[in-house]
Amino acid sequence: MESSVATTMTPQSLKAIRSPGYGSLFVRRLRADRVTLACLAILVVIALAAIFADHLALADPLKTSMVRRLKPIGTPGFWLGSDELGRDMLSRLVYGGRMSLLMGTWPVANAVIVGGALGIVAGYAGGWLNMAIMRTVDVFYAFPSVLLAVAISGALGSGLKNAIVALTVVFIPPLVRIAETAATQVRGLDYVEAARASGAGAATIIRVHLLPNVLGPIVVYASGLFSVSIILASGLSFLGLGVEPPQAEWGLMLNTLRQAIYVQPWVAILPGAMIFATSICFNMASDGLRAAMESRS
Amino acid sequence: MSDAERWTPAEDLGGPAEPLLKVERLTKHFPVKSAGLFQRKRVARAVDGVSFTIAKGETLGVVGESGCGKSTTARLLMHLIEPDAGEVIFDGELVGETLGLRELRRRMQMVFQDSYASLNPRLTIVDSLTFAPVVHGVPAAQALALASELLEQVGLDPKVVLGRYPHELSGGQRQRVNIARALALKPRLVILDEAVSALDKSVEAQVLNLLVELKQRFDLTYMFISHDLNVVHYIADRAMVMYLGKIAELGPVEAIYAAPRHPYTRALLAARLSTDPQARTYAVALEGDPPNPIDPPSGCRFRTRCPLAAEVCAAQEPATVEVGPGHSVACHLYDPASGNREAQANV
Repeated sequence: MESSVATTMTPQSLKAIRSPGYGSLFVRRLRADRVTLACLAILVVIALAAIFADHLALADPLKTSMVRRLKPIGTPGFWLGSDELGRDMLSRLVYGGRMSLLMGTWPVANAVIVGGALGIVAGYAGGWLNMAIMRTVDVFYAFPSVLLAVAISGALGSGLKNAIVALTVVFIPPLVRIAETAATQVRGLDYVEAARASGAGAATIIRVHLLPNVLGPIVVYASGLFSVSIILASGLSFLGLGVEPPQAEWGLMLNTLRQAIYVQPWVAILPGAMIFATSICFNMASDGLRAAMESRS
Repeated sequence: MSDAERWTPAEDLGGPAEPLLKVERLTKHFPVKSAGLFQRKRVARAVDGVSFTIAKGETLGVVGESGCGKSTTARLLMHLIEPDAGEVIFDGELVGETLGLRELRRRMQMVFQDSYASLNPRLTIVDSLTFAPVVHGVPAAQALALASELLEQVGLDPKVVLGRYPHELSGGQRQRVNIARALALKPRLVILDEAVSALDKSVEAQVLNLLVELKQRFDLTYMFISHDLNVVHYIADRAMVMYLGKIAELGPVEAIYAAPRHPYTRALLAARLSTDPQARTYAVALEGDPPNPIDPPSGCRFRTRCPLAAEVCAAQEPATVEVGPGHSVACHLYDPASGNREAQANV
């Protein structure tokens, strides 16, 4: 059993011979995909503008002016026009993006953690635990998602926090399903059997063998949910259940500007255009990511 | 002495006379989804009262058609599936009582058929190989040394293979890695579940020779599951023929291959391909599929396809009778007490 290689093999020398792996392959594929890169760039710009809105020397998004109501696009001082209370549209769109992106990411992130964990546990454990989790999830499935979101935030009352809770609950069931399906598939594979045969505990097996192989489909599905979340959140705000005035949020702005659609149509559709652009970019980017993450060879 | 060698295999407890593995009436009935709400619960009798022993240092070949319970038996032994009934005694220690599952899984390891599905596609070979030792508390650096040593033992260059992903290796290389992984815990018994069946012939021969070599070097005992009778003939000391969850015949390979007793074993051996053009066969030895294990035939399970079936075969289950030294068969033809008219003549 003496061998020279065995004694010279160290973690350092191992690093040198390690295969490039999925990370670099993923990056290489993504680089070639112009559409996805463009969408990601737009999203980054919107996100950066929202995050650093306070430093952008914009007008006060809450400052009203009775004389400067509903100015058209291109008015000096109001480059994207003004709304029905004379507030600067550019500023409100940027600050509104802050709310909308928050509403797009928070519920999805929460749902990924909760739903993913539930689904993986259900898939790995099987049996009665699987039954209990999946049948509970099915109850939520019985409601249309918009109706469920409206019902929950209606019951909890309006406000940002409650809207996030409502949307999280709406997104958990599909994520549990996705995670459960993937976990059930992976659990039946021989390498999980082999890991069990090595005497490893359930937590270790889930962490090392299940999670990396289940995360792909979950992340891909979740990336498609961002846009849905933004739209649903806008819908809640539109119904008066999400963000409250005078706070800027794209859905809420769309609601309040609705009456001005015959006076200043181009200004009135701006929040809608932002929602549209953001969701399209999220969808295209998630499609691109899905393609880049696909099979190995 | 390298670090890896200090990670010693489990010691021999019972001495050479004690069988390494003793299996008593091992049974697994899988519940089958019933057709309606009020139908009685039905079960598939995948493994039904199987008893056998594996002596220290021998290779037990297990043969049979698909669905005869070979793989289920292997998984029951590893306790990947919980048996419904029966005892597994490993070197004198009753599994589940004096021998814990975790410790059992250190002493008994398994190699699966599908070399690709047995390796986590997201882990490099080194991560797959060090997983089990690390779980059992071996320090990472020592596990790494052990991994590269094992790769050399199975004929792979650690410098090339350690950092790779499974999809970057060939089927033969992957199966060698799987063998190395099974050996990483220094087991005494290795269950090879169709371990060479998916490989092409030349690679299969190489891996078989490797298995023979490793067995000597590490003082291993094999349970070799295969549907390939020629391979079992080559590698096994004793053979166990299974049919529909039961043992049909069990005995020394030479005795069984020279003079198969059970009609099923005869049919299997007759269906074997030969390289001798004179030994061409035209008659189909055995037709159709085995019956459904949900409702196995009464009495002897083989009687529906057996050319020699008599009335007694439907009436009662055949007892296992000794027909030679260490050679037993479950067939009425060899049991004078069964009432089969031909039985007397055979004994």
